[in-house]
Amino acid sequence: MDAHNPAADTANRVDFLQIADMVEPGSRVLDVGCSDGALLKILIDQRGVDGRGVELSQRNVNHCVAHGLSVVQGDADTDLMIYPDGAFDYVILSQTIQATQHPKQVLEQMLRIGKHAIVSIPNFGHWRIRVHIGVLGRMPVTENLPHAWYDTPNIHFCTIKDFVALCDAVDAKVEEKIAVNAQGRKVNLGNNLTFANLFAEQAVFLLRR
Amino acid sequence: MTKSMEKPRAKKRSKLTESRDLGCSYARFGPDQPLKLDCGQDLSPLQVAYQTYGTLNEDKSNAVMVCHALTGDQFVANTHPITGKDGWWGLMVGPGRPVDTDRFFVICANVLGGCLGTTGPSSIDPDTGKPYGLTLPVITVSDMVRSQVMLLDHLEIPKLLCVTGGSMGGMQVLEWVAKYPDRVASAIPIATAAKHSAQNIAFHEVGRQAILADPEWHGGDYTVAGTSPSKGLAVARMAAHITYLSETALHLKFGRNLQDRDSLTFGFDADFQIESYLRYQGSTFVDRFDANAYLYLTRAMDYFDLAADYGGTLAAAFRGIQTRVCVISFTSDWLFPTSENREIVRALNAVAANVSFVEIETDKGHDSFLLDVPELFATVTGFLNSAAVQHGLKG
Repeated sequence: MDAHNPAADTANRVDFLQIADMVEPGSRVLDVGCSDGALLKILIDQRGVDGRGVELSQRNVNHCVAHGLSVVQGDADTDLMIYPDGAFDYVILSQTIQATQHPKQVLEQMLRIGKHAIVSIPNFGHWRIRVHIGVLGRMPVTENLPHAWYDTPNIHFCTIKDFVALCDAVDAKVEEKIAVNAQGRKVNLGNNLTFANLFAEQAVFLLRR
Repeated sequence: MTKSMEKPRAKKRSKLTESRDLGCSYARFGPDQPLKLDCGQDLSPLQVAYQTYGTLNEDKSNAVMVCHALTGDQFVANTHPITGKDGWWGLMVGPGRPVDTDRFFVICANVLGGCLGTTGPSSIDPDTGKPYGLTLPVITVSDMVRSQVMLLDHLEIPKLLCVTGGSMGGMQVLEWVAKYPDRVASAIPIATAAKHSAQNIAFHEVGRQAILADPEWHGGDYTVAGTSPSKGLAVARMAAHITYLSETALHLKFGRNLQDRDSLTFGFDADFQIESYLRYQGSTFVDRFDANAYLYLTRAMDYFDLAADYGGTLAAAFRGIQTRVCVISFTSDWLFPTSENREIVRALNAVAANVSFVEIETDKGHDSFLLDVPELFATVTGFLNSAAVQHGLKG
């Protein structure tokens, strides 16, 4: 899934540490779109989880397995339905939902196979993006989202508010939500999302059915 | 490999049928320990010929079982006693190799029904004093693994760190995982399938018919008759060998190149290099393989359908297993294509088993698992090391 993900440069993924904080030590985790396995490795090394990954790019998969991670080649859109209900404590989708064909179905599947779902999203409501569209009249190309509109894998962008609405639509309870600013600093989201929706570059949600 | 094949073979056959020391170990099971076969019969006595490499550690946590393929044998990583060639998986198993014999204790048994020391159709039936021939009950992949479990008990090893193998070896790996999950910490089935496809059964049937059609076969009693169906067995090998390669590999290696000649001879000699190559493969095969064993082992593969033992649902075969599994396939393998390997992965995912799946891009066909494919070695190294740490083995 992260073969060409804008955030695939995993070395400086600020959402990873936020995600790791949400995961109970020793739990069973499935990382959907695990890319080169950087998050899985953090979770295994720091949280002692039983971690698995699903990844679209076979090259990334082979890299992960050669580094001792349990990863299969698969597509979030089509391959999650095979897993049994409640198979994992956490199903994680980091910076990937915007690249899926059917974000709603993917989220529903995550909530079915995991007791919890953790989703991190690039916030399309961030002010810089609004400037791109609103002032410059162009689709945004930023450090976080470096692709031109015609060759981006990201086909389903949303804002923080949009994602919260999707959670409502699939009856997901938001247990925790964290906004992350450009410096990677954590900002707790209050009930009023307007501020975060404007200034957070990314957000991480801990959900359950 | 493009050598001509016009060599007399008759003498060499005796190497296989003679009772002689192959330079490996044997586990022998008497009438008190019969092997219960799937067909309902007991097989006794049973002999399992095996080879080991490396040293079993004190807590017996470093044992790796290698399951060989249809025409493989226990001589994984040392000189073959008959052919004098290097072991068939020397690239994978040995000191400093992915299956590192400096760290791991590697066991490989000649498969049940085979012809290099383990009980098979060329073994002597104690009731008649003659080779079993076709009176040996038909054996299955399940039976093969049952005999390996007996070997493991004999060696007093409670649990394998890993079981691995390609093709028919991969079938045995799957059988191990499904039936004896508590005895395998990890498993690497390579280029295999949970059931033999119609196409693969078809190719096997061609091979078997070639053997049966050889007048020297004598209803399977060729040893008693003092003959050998080497022509039939060679044709079987030639047909099978094509399925181990890929069209690209054949094209790149041979194309339409002529063999030791400048023009077509307008006859049926081996004009083309590919013909000469196949004839050579066939003719050398009969030196080291027994025709009846070929019948029995191909049959065992044809009968393999793991899901059938679990009400037709493959996932049910893997329910509750704690074994870590790494499935590996090759893009150009049309005998055991990625789709068949992926079916295994899906079944494992359906029970949330700990599974990895690597498809390796190569034009080398089914035989890729035996060849120098660096990505295969990287995968096995990474997976096995990780499994070893998880199994409590020190790095």
